[in-house]
Amino acid sequence: MDTNRSVPARGHRLNASRRGFMQKSAALGSLGILGGIPAGQALAKVVTLPMENGTRELVTYPEKRELILMTARPVQLETPFEVFDEGAFTANDAFFVRWHLAGVPTSIDPSQFKIQVRGRVRQALSLTVAELQSQFDSVEVAAVCQCSGNSRGLFNPRVPGGEWGNGAMGNALWRGVRLRDVLQKAGLEIDAVQVRFNGADTAPMPATPDFIKALDLSVAMGDEVLLAYAMNGKPLPLLNGFPVRLVVPGWFATYWVKMLDDIEVIPKVDENFWMKPAYRIPADPCACQVPGQQGVVTVPIHRMPVRSFITNLSDGGKLKGGHAQTVRGIAFDGGYGIAQVLFSTDGGGSWMRAELGPDHGRYSFREWSARFTPRPGRPYTLACMAVNTIGESQRLTPRWNPSGYMRNVVETYRVHAV
Amino acid sequence: MDKLVRRNWIGLALGLAASALVQAGVVSVNLPGETAMLKPGPGLEVAQANCLICHSVDYIYMQPPLTEAQWRGVVMKMKKVMGAPIPDGDVDSVVRYLVWQNGRKE
Repeated sequence: MDTNRSVPARGHRLNASRRGFMQKSAALGSLGILGGIPAGQALAKVVTLPMENGTRELVTYPEKRELILMTARPVQLETPFEVFDEGAFTANDAFFVRWHLAGVPTSIDPSQFKIQVRGRVRQALSLTVAELQSQFDSVEVAAVCQCSGNSRGLFNPRVPGGEWGNGAMGNALWRGVRLRDVLQKAGLEIDAVQVRFNGADTAPMPATPDFIKALDLSVAMGDEVLLAYAMNGKPLPLLNGFPVRLVVPGWFATYWVKMLDDIEVIPKVDENFWMKPAYRIPADPCACQVPGQQGVVTVPIHRMPVRSFITNLSDGGKLKGGHAQTVRGIAFDGGYGIAQVLFSTDGGGSWMRAELGPDHGRYSFREWSARFTPRPGRPYTLACMAVNTIGESQRLTPRWNPSGYMRNVVETYRVHAV
Repeated sequence: MDKLVRRNWIGLALGLAASALVQAGVVSVNLPGETAMLKPGPGLEVAQANCLICHSVDYIYMQPPLTEAQWRGVVMKMKKVMGAPIPDGDVDSVVRYLVWQNGRKE
């Protein structure tokens, strides 16, 4: 274990009463038969996410603890939500996994792995991980990595796609070198417009669009955009992009290209499939549209809206009445930082201010907690609403768009005091 | 270090030993095989031949029930955009199979 790094202790506040507070039955589901699983696998351990066709198998993948299997090939794993109650940082072995193309390399030799920097640069570069580490300053940033499609399965009406619950997100302390420093070493040509990123994953068919993402130079040159080689003080798990992934704090994970091996500076706006028409949102400030609406102008998805969750209770859970109880949760946004979290025990009729936990930086999960004394025998609808430092808060009604992006409605949790 | 953190470290160490080989900086993993299979139904063979080249079957069963038009849209996206080599003559059979598996009325 790496002891010389200041990794935030995961679960440092956990104790028996803390765990006991959480009613897990609703979150964990029960044994059952999963559609599509052969008879021999009928006793597979499953969970049921709160959506039609939401039954998922629990599986253990390399370098991972037991996670929720969304798809096996390419592999996509969701973090069980109770993990987020362990602290502000999401453990590497619990971090969600999302690949687009089935050809994920399963063996990486970092001494041979090279990152090309090419295109509209004065001098192309080819860098090993060791060269990245030795030639550039290292920088650390705590940042939330959230899949664009996180919570897609909760859209109403439902939309096709990766049917995630709320667990396609995680927060980690990323260490790496600034993309800007690498680009400046290569030297940008005067006509450079965007930077394109490609990873070592490959498409199953020659005609399948390779997974490539692009950022405007104004974003790519940002202070905290990193080529990250460490996550919470350890190398990245292979499934999270070992040996190097792009980290774009505040922006959705679609740009956080894994197993990054190709950086190309281009003189135009990239329009490959994964930039257009994929991963786009309605251009209006709401990112909303009406089901069936045609001719909507879209832009690439970018900054994350503000969200918050309760982590120590789930919808349908129970809590102990007659005594003051602590409700805990997390909040985050697209990089302005959380200013306050409001908590309600009456479904949003009235709000009180929650107490914020330690500040790990404006891109990180921010823990919060609130106390109230439930009366035994009564139901409560708990709710939380975060506000960021520029006054943006969560939506009171869910937005809709056909790709299932940007959910940030105020989440509610019906619980019963016993 | 409290009990829970210690337990997680041990779990992580065991997990690495069981599934990921770290040798001289090289990381190798063996991903578990696919277990889910397409369920029987009219057009099963055509679906097997066309759908499973690029992805596992859970892509189908995790979707909300879709209309025939929606499933046709998915199949045409796979064919035209994602490069799936689905012969023109197989499209209707694949759509019928998907609607039978996980469809809904308009």
